[in-house]
Amino acid sequence: MVVILAVIVGALFAAGFYLLLRRNIVKLIFGLALISQGANLLLFTLSRLTHRDPAFVTPEIPGTTLQMADPILQALILTAIVIGFGVQAFVIVLIKRSYQVAGSDDLDEMH
Amino acid sequence: MGLTLLLPLLLPFLTAILCLIAWDHPRVQRVLTLAGTAALLAAGIRLAAAVQSAGIQSLDVGSWQAPYGITLVADLFSAIMIIMVGLMGLTIAIYSLASMDAARESFGYYPLFNFLLMGVSGAFLTGDIFNLYVWFEVMLIASFVLLALGGEWPQLQGAIKYVTLNLVASTIFLTAVGVLYGLTGMLNMADIAQQFQHNSEIPEGLILTLAALFLVAFGVKAALFPLFFWLPDSYHTPPVSVTAIFSALLSKVGVYALARVFTLFFAPYIDTFQPLLLTIAALTMVTGVLGAVAQYDFRRLLSFHIISQIGYLLMAIALFSHLALTGLIFFMAHVIVAKSALFLVSGLVYRLRGSYGLKELGGVYRDYPGVAALFLVAALALAGIPPFSGFWAKLALIRAGLAAGQYAVVGVALSVSLLTLFSMIKIWAEVFWKDAPASTGSAGAPVLRPVTWAFYLLPIMVLVVVGVVMGLTAEPFFNLAQQAADQLLNPALYIEAVLPDF
Repeated sequence: MVVILAVIVGALFAAGFYLLLRRNIVKLIFGLALISQGANLLLFTLSRLTHRDPAFVTPEIPGTTLQMADPILQALILTAIVIGFGVQAFVIVLIKRSYQVAGSDDLDEMH
Repeated sequence: MGLTLLLPLLLPFLTAILCLIAWDHPRVQRVLTLAGTAALLAAGIRLAAAVQSAGIQSLDVGSWQAPYGITLVADLFSAIMIIMVGLMGLTIAIYSLASMDAARESFGYYPLFNFLLMGVSGAFLTGDIFNLYVWFEVMLIASFVLLALGGEWPQLQGAIKYVTLNLVASTIFLTAVGVLYGLTGMLNMADIAQQFQHNSEIPEGLILTLAALFLVAFGVKAALFPLFFWLPDSYHTPPVSVTAIFSALLSKVGVYALARVFTLFFAPYIDTFQPLLLTIAALTMVTGVLGAVAQYDFRRLLSFHIISQIGYLLMAIALFSHLALTGLIFFMAHVIVAKSALFLVSGLVYRLRGSYGLKELGGVYRDYPGVAALFLVAALALAGIPPFSGFWAKLALIRAGLAAGQYAVVGVALSVSLLTLFSMIKIWAEVFWKDAPASTGSAGAPVLRPVTWAFYLLPIMVLVVVGVVMGLTAEPFFNLAQQAADQLLNPALYIEAVLPDF
């Protein structure tokens, strides 16, 4: 499972950077979205993949934490998703505005 | 004691909120911003005094004990940077009173300005690596909007590049944070540093990978070679007060973060990285200054100089001796002050002459000798002419380089200084000295009200005077920088302040 996810993370990063290098500014948005999802998935993979119990610690039973996924990384992903959401909304507005002003979605023609 | 550490975050936050409440009243926002930034400066000085008398300060936010909660930490380096944030915030807020147009003021310039200051202060004070990421984002989002505010076409073009590259850098930073957490199980910077020092089970290859990830992530933000291309394409597009606050604070946060992770986490591996860092430093200096020499636009020229000055700062981090880190802190304070003064002068000249183009300007010295004198002092300080502040900053770096036997980078640094002087002389000759081109001759200089003049000149004068004082009486400033360098070179102090039990 970890290997599959690692490959997917790599693929997301690669596809994202490929889209960033395109001339079309709409693909820029998709590229940024893919890259940030790649980073989030990497964090998720690091948090130990398990389908056991949710991360609530019961002090009476020692060793329960070993069976859980790490909630800290999931909290980090949540924060990163929220930040990424806000930033992407801004990027979309920025790109829309540039398209209106320039009348083109091709970076080479936007001068 | 907790309040001392929290105030630099709370004051700009509170000011920004109050400015949002007073959305329809730009005059109220102006007063609030002036009061808020002045209070921020005072809070910075108070913090520095506390750190100097009682050592590194730390605060576990919400009483979640370190290393599990978020910790705020201030060593002398952080405190000095907070003072710089306050000083730049105050001077540029005063300058904005005269220079900012009514449209931008009514669309939230002041709240954004304060949110930017909050993000920068947070980045300087946090002791938690993920929290550092969050503060970076706070700062970036405020800067995105400030950069695009107004929606002129060059601004949008610059903003697309700026936003894209900074988002990619943030993602790389987040990746590095994830890997770091995977290695150590901690986000608290002091705890991570402590593990890197004592836990030999962490594979060296992964630590070096991490260092490289941080170098790229912060390198984009700091505008290092070859990651700087967004900077000269975007910094010259917004109004000059925005350019000035960006140049003063944003790229310096990148350098601060680099200095923090390299002194705290990767100090044992600095020898591995030294050749790479020195090469990047030299290339940053050279490409920055060559770009500047080729420019004929006042603000673009200064933007390229930001890059070459970042090269000096990276050189200081790479040399990693006591003298070099002292030089780093002194240089940082010096370059923030001198470069902002130059940007503010360029904005004033634009107001008087209606252009940033060196070809179209001229004769400013004849008409406004005072403005010319202010420019000259700041320019000579930037180039490193004694007795101004830049001389002592560069002297420390050069001597540190010679002591480390890194003659190549010293040679580069010295020749880049000459080229800096050359391009400053170019501005002097084109803008101030030569006669005004006939075409723009008597098109009519705008008549500024005395109060507008005062708001333009006061911040420039304050910055120039600070620069001159730092140059003429360098010793107390240098002593302060030395104490800060002591703390940077001794991570045990930082760890002990955050984790007293270890």
